[in-house]
Amino acid sequence: MDRIPLLKIGDFLLVTVQVDMHDRLAVALQDDLTERIVATRARGVLIDISALDIVDSFIGRMLGNIAGMARVLDAETVVVGMQPSVAITLVELGLSLPGIRTALNIDRGMDLLRAAASEETGETSSDGREAV
Amino acid sequence: MTVEKQSELPLRAQEDVVSARQFVRAWAVELGLNLVDQTKIITAASELARNAVIYGGGGLVRVEILVDPGKRGLRLTFEDRGPGIADIEKAMSDGYTTGNGLGGAKRLSHEFSIESTPGAGTRISITRWKG
Amino acid sequence: MVSLRFRELSPRRHFVGGSLQLTDPIPRVIYRGVSTHRIFEIIQRHENDLLAEWLRLQNQTLASRRDRIPESQLRANSQDFIMGLRDALSASDSVDTGQPAWSRLREILAEFSKQRAALGFTPSETAIFVLSFKQALFGRLRQEYANDPHAFAELTWQATEILDQLGLYTVEIYTKTRESVILRQQQELLELSTPVVELWTGILALPLIGMLDSSRTQVVMQNLLEAIVAREADLAIIDITGVPTVDTLVAQHLLKTVAAARLMGADCIISGIRPQIAQTIIHLGVDLGAVITKATLADAFRLALKKKNLSIGSSR
Repeated sequence: MDRIPLLKIGDFLLVTVQVDMHDRLAVALQDDLTERIVATRARGVLIDISALDIVDSFIGRMLGNIAGMARVLDAETVVVGMQPSVAITLVELGLSLPGIRTALNIDRGMDLLRAAASEETGETSSDGREAV
Repeated sequence: MTVEKQSELPLRAQEDVVSARQFVRAWAVELGLNLVDQTKIITAASELARNAVIYGGGGLVRVEILVDPGKRGLRLTFEDRGPGIADIEKAMSDGYTTGNGLGGAKRLSHEFSIESTPGAGTRISITRWKG
Repeated sequence: MVSLRFRELSPRRHFVGGSLQLTDPIPRVIYRGVSTHRIFEIIQRHENDLLAEWLRLQNQTLASRRDRIPESQLRANSQDFIMGLRDALSASDSVDTGQPAWSRLREILAEFSKQRAALGFTPSETAIFVLSFKQALFGRLRQEYANDPHAFAELTWQATEILDQLGLYTVEIYTKTRESVILRQQQELLELSTPVVELWTGILALPLIGMLDSSRTQVVMQNLLEAIVAREADLAIIDITGVPTVDTLVAQHLLKTVAAARLMGADCIISGIRPQIAQTIIHLGVDLGAVITKATLADAFRLALKKKNLSIGSSR
């Protein structure tokens, strides 16, 4: 069975979903991502869904699962490129994708991930204590 | 109201859920639905096709183009011979959390009807009108 | 022998779902042996003369419109009508054109009305089609029944009943067709006329003007979402200063649009909420939730710049 390729870009993993996924493929993606986050110690996951015409509740839940698992593994998830008609339909469905940050495109998504990662690692307050 | 055209697609395995989406898209385009309306009915179809495969043990989807004076519409009927739904109201209301997509499919459609007999099967119809 | 003659006032008519129906069926006693079948016979026997006379009358009244309708089309329309009328009369002796026997003729008239509406004819010009036939028919009736005033009176009344109903029907279909043409034109105008403005890189503004109805709002909102993708703008200001009132549906569409933009990765600010609209929104129980609102477009723009870590300075 073909699987969706994952790319490592710096500290982050990039997934570009380009096929209409059936459920098994989506579950495989979840598993692969989890494994790779651990293997690469990735700080963030970028999921590009700009090619997806349809996001139903199963895919929505999958995205939520990925974000949840990533967070447990100390990585942020950003979903980018959602098409307007998909967004309108998800709103109509009542799916809000909680816990998932979104951005317009891969560039903006990367910016978000970098900002989130540097907040975690760099910031200390003036008396030397680390901000949480 | 008359049925102008119709066609069926069997739903047996997971891959058929994807086929169903493409099948419904082709019909939605033929009816002339705009992109947002296409997306809504295909998404609803995806939910119901998955149900038929996973909960219904397989079934089929029938597509019909309906003609009424002044408007045309697309009606999808999902049928399976599965275990059926004992408490339809409950299934519709908590379907969101358990993921059966029934409530969602209803919200995305102009018309929605469901018949189910425990032990015999389920039939769900959704309709979207154009214009 | 003296017979009592009941003559009801013209039965009340009302439009039901697009077809004309008589609320009081006409009692048989009115016909008094003079059936509409006689009209059928007249049409049958004198079809060509009737057609000729009718065409003459139509050409007379539509003199200014001759350029819009070729003679052959007019002739074809008229022939279809006469044939349809003849068939309806042979199948039924009722003057109630809502009956099934009349449905074919009504279809013919509906097609005719739609054509005329699409060509820009006025309602009168369209109704004249049927009403001028009355004149032609009456002329013929007067000739045939010169020696039978009673029959002439009855038949004239029956013909009037039938043709008036049909005339009204053409106007009704005409109106519906015109309405749908206007609606379509409005839609097209709408799509051309709600501009999304790029105030700054990555900041869009959508100034809404005028009354918003549900369908217009949906179109406008879709345009905004598409502009967000096209211009890669992650901030959109929806300004409703120019919107006099907002109802629940419109408020919901606005909120749905903001939610959809959020899912796509863009934030929205709603500006220009006037006190009356604010009151309406509270009244309707619409929950603006986390949506940022600002009183004016300027305030919203200021906020947008701040969010992007930009500010406007003067050059010295």
